[in-house]
Amino acid sequence: MRNPFLRWFIPADTNEPFVPNAKFQHPAVAPEITVDHFNLSIDGAQILKDVCVKLPANKITCIIGPSGCGKSTLLKSLNRLSDSIEGVKTSGDIRLGDQSIVNCSESDLVELRRRIGLVPQRPTPLPMSIFGNIAYGCKIHGLKGRRQLKKIVHHYLKVVGLWDEVKDRLGNPATRLSIGQQQRLCLARSLAVEPEFILADEATSALDPVSSKTIEDLFVKLKKQYSIIMVTHTLRQALRIADYVVFIYMGEVIEVGDAKQVFENPQHELTKKYLSGAIS
Amino acid sequence: MNKLRIIKDRATGAIMATITIVALLLVIVMGIGLYLKSAPILAEHSLWDLLTASSWRPFKNEFGFLPFFMGTIWVTLIAITIALPLSLLTAIYLTEYAHRIVKRFVFPALDILASLPSVIYGVWGTLIIVPWISDTLAPHFVDFSAGYTTLAAGIVLSIMVLPLLVSLFVELFSSVSDELRAASYSLGSTRWQTAISVVTKKSLPGIFAAVVLAISRALGETIAVLMVCGNLPQIPHSLFDACYPLPALIANNYGEMLSLPLYEAALMFAALILFFVVLLFNVTSRVILYRIEKQQ
Ligand SMILES: Nc1ncnc2c1ncn2[C@@H]1O[C@H](COP(=O)(O)OP(=O)(O)O)[C@@H](O)[C@H]1O
Ligand SMILES: [Mg+2]
Repeated sequence: MRNPFLRWFIPADTNEPFVPNAKFQHPAVAPEITVDHFNLSIDGAQILKDVCVKLPANKITCIIGPSGCGKSTLLKSLNRLSDSIEGVKTSGDIRLGDQSIVNCSESDLVELRRRIGLVPQRPTPLPMSIFGNIAYGCKIHGLKGRRQLKKIVHHYLKVVGLWDEVKDRLGNPATRLSIGQQQRLCLARSLAVEPEFILADEATSALDPVSSKTIEDLFVKLKKQYSIIMVTHTLRQALRIADYVVFIYMGEVIEVGDAKQVFENPQHELTKKYLSGAIS
Repeated sequence: MNKLRIIKDRATGAIMATITIVALLLVIVMGIGLYLKSAPILAEHSLWDLLTASSWRPFKNEFGFLPFFMGTIWVTLIAITIALPLSLLTAIYLTEYAHRIVKRFVFPALDILASLPSVIYGVWGTLIIVPWISDTLAPHFVDFSAGYTTLAAGIVLSIMVLPLLVSLFVELFSSVSDELRAASYSLGSTRWQTAISVVTKKSLPGIFAAVVLAISRALGETIAVLMVCGNLPQIPHSLFDACYPLPALIANNYGEMLSLPLYEAALMFAALILFFVVLLFNVTSRVILYRIEKQQ
């Protein structure tokens, strides 16, 4: 089915190299995220205890640990989505580069959230068209002009390998895509606002093996330009793609290090047990 | 034992189906009843004349229903125009901005407001809104207004449907998944941007259905409206004119002056118009809703 608005959506010139909007320039040196003695409690129950880690730039960091240990909560704290949990209290600090994420103004927060993208566990297409989904982030940051938005949509749909699949129906509701396509759309959507970090909370757990592999491969490809933090409960996935590993147990960071070192030569007793499958 | 279960299952199924069909038939029977009762007036005047004539003099055998029809439409329109934006903003505040303590106090208050008998709204309108219009608002626009106006009826009605709309909207917005909000926030959107572009947009079919419900309620609201609308059989040309919606006509006059020829039939015909307006409105909105849902 060809969309009557097709002509309107397809970018006029597809050969120019893509240049992000000046509003969204990356800093010269990719920053790290530093979690500094961070505590988080929900209604008095302590969920994260004195977490101290550095999350390196341009690597895939996998956060592993048994279910309920606080992986998602830590990830949410990194872009302050944890604010919306009722009864949440935090102490300590988290910084992107030098900028504090925990103590920052409302206007800094929206900018920080732009710089830290999120790929959710289950795909969450916004209630708009495929085009609208990707343009949404740009629009809320004040980017205007159909031409510019078209270029961005085109570029990032290509990056996630979705362009050829959807180019004829950019105006259709995004919910009509398959789950795997939706997840790639979500990735493209967060890339469109030029983040430096990408957070992914079990981003492949709702997908079929093929789609799951596609997303994994994309992450590996993207780590040259982005720093990726993924929560995963499948150790095999972590083994496949992690450069750096954070092991959490009961809200505490037990072991941190290069993937090779943590997987092949874990220092801590609990890590050994977890890797051998004794705790899960 | 097994047989008994099956028989029970079948019997209850049949009974429930019957009840449902009877309820449906009731609507049809009511429509037919109203039609039969208003047949005398339809025999004497053409349908077109009744609906388009604007003079109402039962003693002279002049029955024009246009003023009542227009009164109903105007009052309902004013009510929804006021109530819709206010209720949307309130619901957005409650679901997207307010602290949980605020919610805990506001939700019960809304339920109480929604369940107050309409006569109380009528009294309140007579005591507050009517004097306010005649003393404060109307002098800016017209020479004189007694305050019993289309506007007064619209305002009272809007206050009546407001809690209903707010609680429906709150329900709708709360059912939008937090993951969707997280997706929007994580791109750097503000609460307002998320509320408008994601939450209300996602709830659009529901918002539409809620408005239909509120309009149906407003179309039929009788007591509160007749207490403040002025009850003059004229087509309102400004907000400060009195009006006379259909339900008020029926409620005010039924049981009186029935000795007048055709008067009872005229009132029954008024009921028939109301019946059809509500029916038609509900059917069309259902069709539109179906379209919207399919689009999403
Ligand atoms: N909204 C919430 N309210 C109360 N407790 C919560 C909430 N979210 C998470 N928790 C608790 O925090 C702990 C960590 O949860 P989570 O970070 O989701 O674990 P993981 O992602 O590692 O499986 C769990 O014990 C969970 O019960
Ligand atoms: Mg989790």
